[in-house]
Amino acid sequence: MSASLEKGIRVLKEVIDAPMASYFSSCVHCGLCAEACLFYTETGDPKYTPIHKLEPLRRLYEQEYTLLGRLGKLVGLSKPVTDDELEEWKELVYNSCTLCGRCSAVCPVGNDIVYMVRKFREGMSASGHAPEGIIGAVNRTVTIGSPMGVKLPAVKAQMKHVEEDYGLPIPLDAEGAEYMVMLSSMEIINFPEYLAAIAKIMHQAGKTWTLCSTAFEATNAGMQIGNSDLAKLLVMRIVDGAEKLKVKTVISPECGHAYSALRWEGANLIGRPFTFKVQHIIEVLGEFQELGLLKTEGFETDKLTFHDPCQLARRGGVIKQQRNLMNMIAKDFVEMPDAGYMNWCCGGGGGASAIEEGEELRMEAFKKKKSQLDAVKPDRLVTACANCRIVLEEGLEHYQMDIPVLGLTELIAEHIPDQTSAKGA
Amino acid sequence: MNDMQFLTWVRGTGLDIAVSIFVLGVLWRLFEIYSLGRKPDLAAPRSTPGASGWNTVFRRSVPPPGMVKRSPVSYIGGYVFHIGLAIVVFLFAPHILLVENLTGLSWPGLPSQFVDLAAVVTMAAMVVVLFDRINKPVKRYLSTFGDWFTWTLTFLPVLTGWMAVQHLVLPYTTMLALHILSVELLLIFLPFTKLFHAFTVFGSRWYIGKINGHKGVVV
Repeated sequence: MSASLEKGIRVLKEVIDAPMASYFSSCVHCGLCAEACLFYTETGDPKYTPIHKLEPLRRLYEQEYTLLGRLGKLVGLSKPVTDDELEEWKELVYNSCTLCGRCSAVCPVGNDIVYMVRKFREGMSASGHAPEGIIGAVNRTVTIGSPMGVKLPAVKAQMKHVEEDYGLPIPLDAEGAEYMVMLSSMEIINFPEYLAAIAKIMHQAGKTWTLCSTAFEATNAGMQIGNSDLAKLLVMRIVDGAEKLKVKTVISPECGHAYSALRWEGANLIGRPFTFKVQHIIEVLGEFQELGLLKTEGFETDKLTFHDPCQLARRGGVIKQQRNLMNMIAKDFVEMPDAGYMNWCCGGGGGASAIEEGEELRMEAFKKKKSQLDAVKPDRLVTACANCRIVLEEGLEHYQMDIPVLGLTELIAEHIPDQTSAKGA
Repeated sequence: MNDMQFLTWVRGTGLDIAVSIFVLGVLWRLFEIYSLGRKPDLAAPRSTPGASGWNTVFRRSVPPPGMVKRSPVSYIGGYVFHIGLAIVVFLFAPHILLVENLTGLSWPGLPSQFVDLAAVVTMAAMVVVLFDRINKPVKRYLSTFGDWFTWTLTFLPVLTGWMAVQHLVLPYTTMLALHILSVELLLIFLPFTKLFHAFTVFGSRWYIGKINGHKGVVV
């Protein structure tokens, strides 16, 4: 897969559509998007203004799709997009954008800036201007099957551990199961509690579920880097697995972008609607709670707060469920300022956390999360995204804040009464 | 060309040219933008009350929580000069009379003293937002020739109109001719500058509302 400027420009010309043309024509340079972006608010550097991150794309739009722009190009009045410029923009499009979508939420003329950044990345990647860190994750995904290099034996080993520790079976490739459960590499390596939690929750709800040996990895590096061909390939693995096992619902793990990739981009990437439903684990838990299939006992008594993953809440529309679930098991659940739809990003979404050279900036941007946390001073921080969790832990350690971070699914599972001796799964 | 001939020209030929460019320009730009189309969204939709294109067209006129505090001049200045412009343009009796002569449509106007005040407030707000653009690092950084140019294009008709009514500096006939000329310049450039947001703002808000509404997200 060779990248070149020509290829990048061709891809960009393809992704430009009517919404984008409307957005670029509507921008009045008011700069309000900057006030919504943690990379600007925490650094004060105007180059991080979200709409500015799209400048090469805007010029290309003007030069290719507007009458005056084409005239300008003919007489040599407009500056062509160059490799040097795109290389300069790499930091703006990847390191300092987590696709959190806060800019899109505040733009007074209604410009969906994050929609455009996501598409801009297609051209950045095709022209060879994606960051090394994400390229590495992509290469591992292509060759090994997961961005962190996790293979099936690692999953099987974890399945075995959970089965031994909890006495609950972890079904693999069970045809006709209602739910197919996806994992993220991060969970397989760092948070094995997640799989155990799923086993307990499904057992209590009396639902059939399965893992899939050919599709266990939910994350999608193709979406992060901006390579639709690869993103499609990764989604297709899951679609094939789900259709082979004839499951009704595929559950996206506690991973924000995996959810966006599968739930919202998936069908568009493969060019047809799915034959199964896609739900984030928090949606499934919310549904179980409503149906009375989720029964917990006892409460956490320390002060807990919840960090909304951007792709789940602002970009994914799941906002109430996590709050109902928190209240089910916590006596002292407090909300941070701006929680919910307008929550601030952890600073590492959209592939940003894989970019080594972006770490310093990420830590700077984390001051926003720090101020949110300082406002409520929680004892522990709960979230529902393994990537947020890692980034939050790094940030908290950097600022020497002693706040443990945990996943909501595992926290819920801790409150499910032990019933291994009861009915089978 | 004396004052009267100047006024006659801007009212006749000048206006014809400006209106023609404006109308054709607007139609062309709308076609150029919206004919690009977009791909249908194949993801299973999730429906949430209030999540739609039309909802967002209206909702985006209201600032999101906390944003006014972060950028008070943009919001307050922005509201004042947009509403002020609307009052001055559409509710000043002579303007309504002009529209009535051209199209037969008419509506009640506001007392001229009130419109006069609105013009002064509008100009004041525009000067404040201009100062903010110069003063605020983000706005200054984003600003191009187009931003200063369109500010001037918008400001001049208000200024010359107000000066004509007040009989300031130049004879009424000359000032009125200058006023009409400045409006014509505004009409000519509107479709090809950021001023075109006056049209695309509705499409943009609708798209963001529709695209996110498909996901059940109220934006």
